[in-house]
Amino acid sequence: MSGILVIAEHRRGELRPVSLELIAGAESLKASGGGPLTVALVGPAPDVFVNALKVAGVDEIITVAAGTGDFDPDTQAAAVSAVIAARSPSLVLIPHSVDAFGYAAVLAAQGGYGFATDVFKIEFDQGSWVATRGGYGQKVNVELDFPAKAVVLLTVRAAVYKPAEGSSNPTVTALPVPGASVHVRPGEYVEMSQADDVDMTAAEFIMSIGRGIGEEARIPQFRELADAMGATLGCSRPIADSGWLPKSRQVGQSGKTASACKLYIAMGISGAIQHLAGMKHVSTIVAVNADPGASIFSVAKYGIVGDIMEFGEELKTHF
Amino acid sequence: MATKILVAVKQVTALDEDFEIRADGRDVDADFFLRDLNEWDDFSLEEAVKIKEAGGEVEVVVVTVGPEEADESLRKCLAKGADRAIRIWDEAMEGSDSQAIARVLAAAVQQQNPDLVFAGVQSSDHSFASTGIALAGLLNWPHAAVVNQFEFSPGATQAVIRRELEGGVLQMMSIDLPAVLSIQLGINTPRYASLRTIKQAAAKPIEQVGLSDLGLSATDVGEAGSASRVRRMYIPEKGRAEMIEGSLAEQAAKLAAIIKEFKGASA
Ligand SMILES: Cc1cc2nc3c(=O)[nH]c(=O)nc-3n(C[C@H](O)[C@H](O)[C@H](O)COP(=O)(O)OP(=O)(O)OC[C@H]3O[C@@H](n4cnc5c(N)ncnc54)[C@H](O)[C@@H]3O)c2cc1C
Ligand SMILES: Nc1ncnc2c1ncn2[C@@H]1O[C@H](COP(=O)(O)O)[C@@H](O)[C@H]1O
Repeated sequence: MSGILVIAEHRRGELRPVSLELIAGAESLKASGGGPLTVALVGPAPDVFVNALKVAGVDEIITVAAGTGDFDPDTQAAAVSAVIAARSPSLVLIPHSVDAFGYAAVLAAQGGYGFATDVFKIEFDQGSWVATRGGYGQKVNVELDFPAKAVVLLTVRAAVYKPAEGSSNPTVTALPVPGASVHVRPGEYVEMSQADDVDMTAAEFIMSIGRGIGEEARIPQFRELADAMGATLGCSRPIADSGWLPKSRQVGQSGKTASACKLYIAMGISGAIQHLAGMKHVSTIVAVNADPGASIFSVAKYGIVGDIMEFGEELKTHF
Repeated sequence: MATKILVAVKQVTALDEDFEIRADGRDVDADFFLRDLNEWDDFSLEEAVKIKEAGGEVEVVVVTVGPEEADESLRKCLAKGADRAIRIWDEAMEGSDSQAIARVLAAAVQQQNPDLVFAGVQSSDHSFASTGIALAGLLNWPHAAVVNQFEFSPGATQAVIRRELEGGVLQMMSIDLPAVLSIQLGINTPRYASLRTIKQAAAKPIEQVGLSDLGLSATDVGEAGSASRVRRMYIPEKGRAEMIEGSLAEQAAKLAAIIKEFKGASA
């Protein structure tokens, strides 16, 4: 068992950028944990992505021609499991994505691999892989090892590694894999309906509210505050799921990315990793939260511990 | 024939302010634990109860792997419409990761023989996002993750689901049954239990199941049956936030100044 295998991901004909991040992560581990670095890709015509994967550090690209081009968990698991059997890597890296939620745990369960999800740090320590992830709502870090596991499979958080660049001249292998029995058939894609005219991706100044507001009756108060300050009102997921604000205002992994935002005020938002996915890049983040231990404070530039209702009233007097 | 839906629920652990790490450095001291039903499981239970209420003969069974205090979460589920509750525990299960929990649940599924299994997408404490799908892998059942719409009629051999992807994109899929689905927040609006149903739930029995009842041995569960081992747990260095202190008025004035400066610069 040696070498690192990265599973590249694509959707709707495009390579997902997190694939290159994982390659960079694997590249940085080659010196300690050992090569070769193999990248595998599953799809009906996987060759179209090969050139984009010839980045620094890659020793081999394996293409598995299977599936319809849209993710299904059975085809993906069968193909990745065949690649693992063919190359016997000691470490397998898969993006911690919605697709991975659908099959990575199956591979680990059936293969008896070492396994951890949403990992944000990987080390090779005295001959063994060590992975770090969050625990208790990201309030602690948990360092894991994998005693007696020949293969360790990790799903890796996005935006931990900078995308791999440069170039390499890897071997390209097409690996034939027997067809899987498929029980889930992908259908059409649907865009979340736009019930609102706001474009969160274009807003430069956003004030988002989270579950800390407690009840729907307080929405108008925060809407007025946002208007007075000239901020676009955004929210975390529970506020949109409850129908208190339209889904188009939800910031995060399954919502919008605050791409143009330069000032982001998070009111009563704990800082779940999926919320951070939409805003942690913003240069000036201000968090207001009653809990001094809230993980939002670890990405904020400025923090205020307090009650957002009182604080909101007070802030409004300045505008 | 009645349709049986098994809903796997977890009692999750939040931390009290100013918590401390246990002396062995591998977990938080249990004195600081606050327990509740996992938020995702509220949605998957509701989805099962909705199917029952839509008609046909449907039984909703909730199952958890956890010590006695987890009864509280099961009672909450009974109060919200579950027909039966099962709690599986043995001290050997202490320290199980999601793969070991999945092994226990898989054994329970084999005994209960349900037509559908629901799990939450993830647990709010450790967010493994993998127990339900690992369970499907062990059973070799069809499975789909992050489902936020489910169209099913009792007795059908297929169902239509909608998967929630990244960036506000959804995908329709069809899936063979029986299946394991991991259910996402927002799929429905979970109900509140009424005082009457809470009272009724308090009187209902909770079935207790142990290790050997499931045909498992101590090495299948706990640390021995897990795919990972906790080496160390620690409180991360706090990030870069500069805390704005002072009275409420002073704090608000400081933030107002930051906002005005930003607006001045971008005007
Ligand atoms: C696949 C997937 C995709 C997801 N996508 C998204 C997404 O796009 N966007 C998103 O936001 N979430 C997303 N989530 C959900 C995410 O995991 C969290 O559940 C969510 O972000 C929590 O929202 P919150 O911070 O508002 O609520 P909570 O986590 O409940 O936090 C509320 C906070 O308010 C504070 N508070 C309470 N009362 C007060 C008060 N009076 N004054 C001040 N502070 C107070 C509390 O201390 C707490 O920190 C996703 C989850 C999954 C699994
Ligand atoms: N101890 C447990 N008992 C029953 N179900 C569980 C347990 N742990 C996790 N689950 C199920 O798995 C889902 C996802 O949890 P996790 O994989 O831990 O993030 C939960 O919402 C539950 O449905």
